[in-house]
Amino acid sequence: MTTTVFKKTRGLTDVPFTYCPGCTHGIIHRLVAEVLEELELLDTAVGIASVGCSVMSYEFFNCDMIQAAHGRAPAVATGVKRTHPDKTVFTYQGDGDMASIGAAEIVHAAHRSENITVIFVNNAIYGMTGGQMAPTTLPGHVTTTSPFGRDTTLQGEPIRMSEMLSTIPGSYYIERVTVIDPISVRKAKTAIKKAFQAQKDKKGFSMIEVLSTCNVGWGVTPLDALKQIKNDMIPYYPLGVYKDKGANQ
Amino acid sequence: MAKQLMKGNEAIAKAAIVAGCRAYFGYPITPQNELCEYMAKYMRSSGGVFVQAESEVAAINMVYGAAASGALSMTSSSSPGIALKQEGISYCAGAELPALIVSVSRGGPGLGGILPSQGDYNQATRGGGNGDYHVPVFAPASIQEAASLVRKGLIVAAKYRNPVMVLADGVIGQMMEPVELDPNPIDIEAFPWAADGNSGVRPRNIVNSLHLDVDDLENHNKHLQAKYRAIEENETMWEEYKLDDAEYMFVAYGTPSRITKSAVDELRAEGVKVGLLRPISLWPFPYEVIHRLSKKMKFILVAELSSGQMLVDVKLAVGYDTPVHFYGRMGGNIFEPLELVAEFKKHQEVLGQ
Repeated sequence: MTTTVFKKTRGLTDVPFTYCPGCTHGIIHRLVAEVLEELELLDTAVGIASVGCSVMSYEFFNCDMIQAAHGRAPAVATGVKRTHPDKTVFTYQGDGDMASIGAAEIVHAAHRSENITVIFVNNAIYGMTGGQMAPTTLPGHVTTTSPFGRDTTLQGEPIRMSEMLSTIPGSYYIERVTVIDPISVRKAKTAIKKAFQAQKDKKGFSMIEVLSTCNVGWGVTPLDALKQIKNDMIPYYPLGVYKDKGANQ
Repeated sequence: MAKQLMKGNEAIAKAAIVAGCRAYFGYPITPQNELCEYMAKYMRSSGGVFVQAESEVAAINMVYGAAASGALSMTSSSSPGIALKQEGISYCAGAELPALIVSVSRGGPGLGGILPSQGDYNQATRGGGNGDYHVPVFAPASIQEAASLVRKGLIVAAKYRNPVMVLADGVIGQMMEPVELDPNPIDIEAFPWAADGNSGVRPRNIVNSLHLDVDDLENHNKHLQAKYRAIEENETMWEEYKLDDAEYMFVAYGTPSRITKSAVDELRAEGVKVGLLRPISLWPFPYEVIHRLSKKMKFILVAELSSGQMLVDVKLAVGYDTPVHFYGRMGGNIFEPLELVAEFKKHQEVLGQ
């Protein structure tokens, strides 16, 4: 007698991921895919791939997918959702895409309370272009465009998107999670499910920020990258729920 | 539909709604605001979507999303705003998405001014987006024609899966004229390629402009170019005015073409055999007809509200055998018929005729 204890979600295609070994994008993809399948949203979902490491995510998510220009995914998602209000629309964006070039689009998608779900993968660096500084790069961290470490007097303090977007009246649910160990992965999945459930219930804008590794861009081993999230990123980017309009209802 | 007196911007908006456009995304900018405002007032009650975007960049990307999921959609703006939309227009072209972009142009460069100009001919026909792409550009000379070209633009966009631009000078946007709209929605079949969230009932659809494999991208470009050749073949439009016996030819488009017609009539009254060629589609440009007609002409006078942008296309069409002269005004100034007559006579005198 054999019993199935684990199987790959139908929410992912069989196309091999293009992510570097050690990168946590793959885990986040799987969580999003599992949630879409479990909430029975997969067959009516439209995903918006952004520009960055996850640009190829249109190959990985097993639903209708649209590839967007750099930073514009929330605007593209708005166009889809407004014309197809009964479909499930999500964006999958990195921190360069969202916090830098796409800052206006994400702010105003939240401001209009577009009924979409945003998966924001924050690895504090531009991974795809080879490890440049992002608005989210931690102070002192060396990148190819902050070769002497991020100097906050010249390059600013890292921007906290979850905190910022939670101040916008239109945002409905915002939570920051990570995927560095089994417990945090389970919590991340619960958060992602909550966000998609909010969309299903037509509550408005939801976003899950996932602190993610970029061991190659950071120049450390995958294990050390996980430690770096715990020791360096979480203190600056505390995990938790930043906005939950439904909490007291 | 009964004839009614309408402002150009409003006629353009109403023509789009009546034709079946069901999603409008825009951002305020003069001199196209009445278009955006008309959409705000009537799009939702027509069963459509209206969103005032946070920027022109966002508006064209909302169009991209709506179009990618199969909705016949549009945006409108004016010169500096169209500059911001160029990225999105390139993406629409690359991903082969039907969309209508209305440009009600004003003076530039930079913030320029808010009065009519044709300084955006290059912006419209050459575009500022990246890559080898084309956007059909239709330039109306009356409110009636603006309404017709909006309808035609939606049809062409859907037929070829390509963004289409209606380039109206500020006069068209702001002027009032009688207009009669075609009451019938355009006949468009559902788009089987649309990423509209139906992967449960058919293979999943992907809308994308990324092609990392070199041969894949070259083949995609070859496919686009074949499409552009078909558009050149089928969608080139122009008007000929008093050219049958003409020895001289004006070339002008948009509102200035009507002023040029008055100059032609003035000169005809004096016995001068002169006519007007008016390009209606600026891309594809009527190169062949201008080339053919140029052989009969002693000279050609191009008149634009610019420093001479369409002039380059006319020269490309004509070659070196017939002189091509130019008269233009800029900054929002509009020439009068007698200015064109005087300019014409200056060149005529040089010929000794």
